[in-house]
Amino acid sequence: MKKVYFDNAATTPVRKEVIDVMIPYFNDFFGNPSSIHSFGRECRYALDRARFSIATFIGAKDKEIIFTSGGTEGDNLAVKGIARANKDKGKHIITTGIEHNGVLNSVKTLEKEGFEATYLKVDETGRISLDELKNSLREDTILVSIMYGNNEVGTVQPIKDIGELLKDHQAFFHTDAVQAFGVEKIDVNELMVDALTVASHKINGPKAVGFVYIKDGLKFDPILDGGHQEKGHRAGTENVPGILGFAKAVEVVVEERNKNRELYKTLRRRFISLLNENGIEFKINENVEYCLPHILNISFPGTKVDTMLTNLDLEGVAVSGGSACSAGSITPSHVLVEMFGDNDPRLHNSIRFSFGHYNTEAEVDYVVNQIVKIIKRDK
Amino acid sequence: MIYFDNSATTRPYKEVVETFQEVTTNYFGNPSSIHSLGQQAEKLIQKSRQIVADILNVRDEEVFFTSGGTEGNNIAIKGCALQYKSRGNHIITSKTEHASVIETCKQLENFGFDVTYLDVNNEGQVSIEDLKNSIKDSTILVSLMHVNNEVGTVQPIMEIGNYLNQFPKIIFHVDNVQGIGKVPLNLRKANIDLCTLSGHKFHGIKGSGVLFVKNGIKLEPLITGGMQEGKIRSGTENVAGIVSLAKALRVSNEKYTLHVEQLQEMKNELVKYLSSCEDVIINTPIMNSAPHIINFSLPGIKPEAFVHELGKNKVYVSTRSACSSKKADVSHVLSSMGFDKTISGSSIRISLSYGNSYEEIIKFKEIFNNSLKQFKQLMR
Ligand SMILES: Cc1ncc(COP(=O)(O)O)c(C=O)c1O
Ligand SMILES: Cc1ncc(COP(=O)(O)O)c(C=O)c1O
Repeated sequence: MKKVYFDNAATTPVRKEVIDVMIPYFNDFFGNPSSIHSFGRECRYALDRARFSIATFIGAKDKEIIFTSGGTEGDNLAVKGIARANKDKGKHIITTGIEHNGVLNSVKTLEKEGFEATYLKVDETGRISLDELKNSLREDTILVSIMYGNNEVGTVQPIKDIGELLKDHQAFFHTDAVQAFGVEKIDVNELMVDALTVASHKINGPKAVGFVYIKDGLKFDPILDGGHQEKGHRAGTENVPGILGFAKAVEVVVEERNKNRELYKTLRRRFISLLNENGIEFKINENVEYCLPHILNISFPGTKVDTMLTNLDLEGVAVSGGSACSAGSITPSHVLVEMFGDNDPRLHNSIRFSFGHYNTEAEVDYVVNQIVKIIKRDK
Repeated sequence: MIYFDNSATTRPYKEVVETFQEVTTNYFGNPSSIHSLGQQAEKLIQKSRQIVADILNVRDEEVFFTSGGTEGNNIAIKGCALQYKSRGNHIITSKTEHASVIETCKQLENFGFDVTYLDVNNEGQVSIEDLKNSIKDSTILVSLMHVNNEVGTVQPIMEIGNYLNQFPKIIFHVDNVQGIGKVPLNLRKANIDLCTLSGHKFHGIKGSGVLFVKNGIKLEPLITGGMQEGKIRSGTENVAGIVSLAKALRVSNEKYTLHVEQLQEMKNELVKYLSSCEDVIINTPIMNSAPHIINFSLPGIKPEAFVHELGKNKVYVSTRSACSSKKADVSHVLSSMGFDKTISGSSIRISLSYGNSYEEIIKFKEIFNNSLKQFKQLMR
């Protein structure tokens, strides 16, 4: 059976050149970077090189990169860490209703600890309003956490404008760039962010690795206490092979970003025009102007998301309804609820297609064919 | 190369690396995805959970995967403290725990928890009497390690667990990062409620670990998000890491059955040899110590320099814990055992694994001899 993987926003296959970088660090350089002998120091150097390489790509200093076990931990470390360490300056946080659960549930935890949170609304396309943000800012706002690009609908937020707006305010600015990193140029200085989260497994790196950028001098509390790894910001023996694989994945993705963007745009265009040609009724759930090109979230009126997913799966097509990251739940996506309200048919008939660098136009043809078949059969 | 630093980290077994590659390549789905690729990944995790549960003799739903020993200890201790703070605020641990336990407890002190750090005797063991006398109405947690990572002392976990059994409200956490696969521990019989393991210490890969959480015990999560791993640990699962951890545990378990005596013999041989060296003082107790760790001191010698010297001959050992504070120039474990600075500031740790051989022991003795001789000449 033909297999098509259009679920690259959930996770991505690891590139061969990434695995190739990792293997020697399992077999030959398997030391502990904290060991003082030369064998451990080799690993320390490799780790330093990885950190430097990643820092350079995003315009940061090495000491501003903290390696984590993934996007969720990164979001937790940035949001909880910054809020807790700076609560003497105020206890108000601003975020949006469409964040990934890594951020949303961190903010909820903080609310239980006595912080106050404002959840910005988004419009039907998933964009926040800068005016609402401006009006929500208070003297005691210490943190604004707004994702770069949404993982379900791909809508991109006006990050630079937010950075600009916050320039003269004490609030620190965190953005979850887990989905954006593979397709958008990320430079922390241009974006004027204080903290930024990235996860390896969304850019064809290994799972369970990520980094947060946290601006030099900005205080934040660790989540994991123990040894002095990551300058005391994140204890635990460093996942050397994982981090090196991740650094390679970053290098490749940065190199291929523009090429991939073009590919994803081509795939989207083809997808949409084929649906049109076949007379399929559909709506695109996203902001057409501001979106991540690899995510295409489409509502098919008259269909049911779980039937559609099962049928596509039977045809070898892996896609998703909403986000994969809410541990198996098929309750309506909180993102679509924020966009459309809790009483809209789109909550129950939307599918997320998300592309990777190895996907092809032929695969789009195949998938659209299957969709057409399923919809026509059901009618 | 003679790698005698297996308490710092181990070389992943060949089959573990193969498993990692195989899973990474062929089962890359997100276990939370409902399509087949996702479900295959989810099944692999369940299978691994089963394997780990079988080996630990516990139930599948009591096994949780983490990013390593430090995370496991943090979740166990903070998670328990925050969850049960309404019952009390007192925690008991010991002075010779790993940094991930000590620092976590210190952090909890900042949040108003009251922590007792039990003393140890000159062999590194806590006394049950001390423990008994430390228990208060407000005690909610006792956290003790099974095998000490610097000197290899084995704590009387079984006895302590049996004693604690009469306090159903006190949760018993055991850091078994160093003991697993080397010193048997029956979690049920020892009445253990929480137990931490770390993959890279038993030839699994870095960034993988296990936290055993007995049924009925709730932990406040530290990392919140998509509620994976029974909500105690959110984040996309490290599928390949988890499967290779299960593999590594299985292989280590087999090696224990087949080879633990050889491991013990290698250690005995080293102890015999080192005791015969004039300038060496052995810190690891002869009784009640794990079969893979030997800690000794070279009074008057800078241990870092000596470790480098051995390193030049491709012999790798360590001074103390790889993760201990950089600032301290003495080992907190040895000081707690009552050794003065000449001993606690000059200690060296050898840690073996099933991958080491008797030939390496013989070669080691030769290199050690020469290095020590050279060192002494230099110092004259
Ligand atoms: C936008 C976004 N943030 C955070 C995460 C969490 O990353 P991880 O799964 O690595 O914990 C994801 C994906 O799961 C995501 O899409
Ligand atoms: C006894 C003990 N506990 C916990 C840890 C921490 O484990 P990890 O390095 O996986 O974070 C270690 C090793 O570093 C250890 O020896």
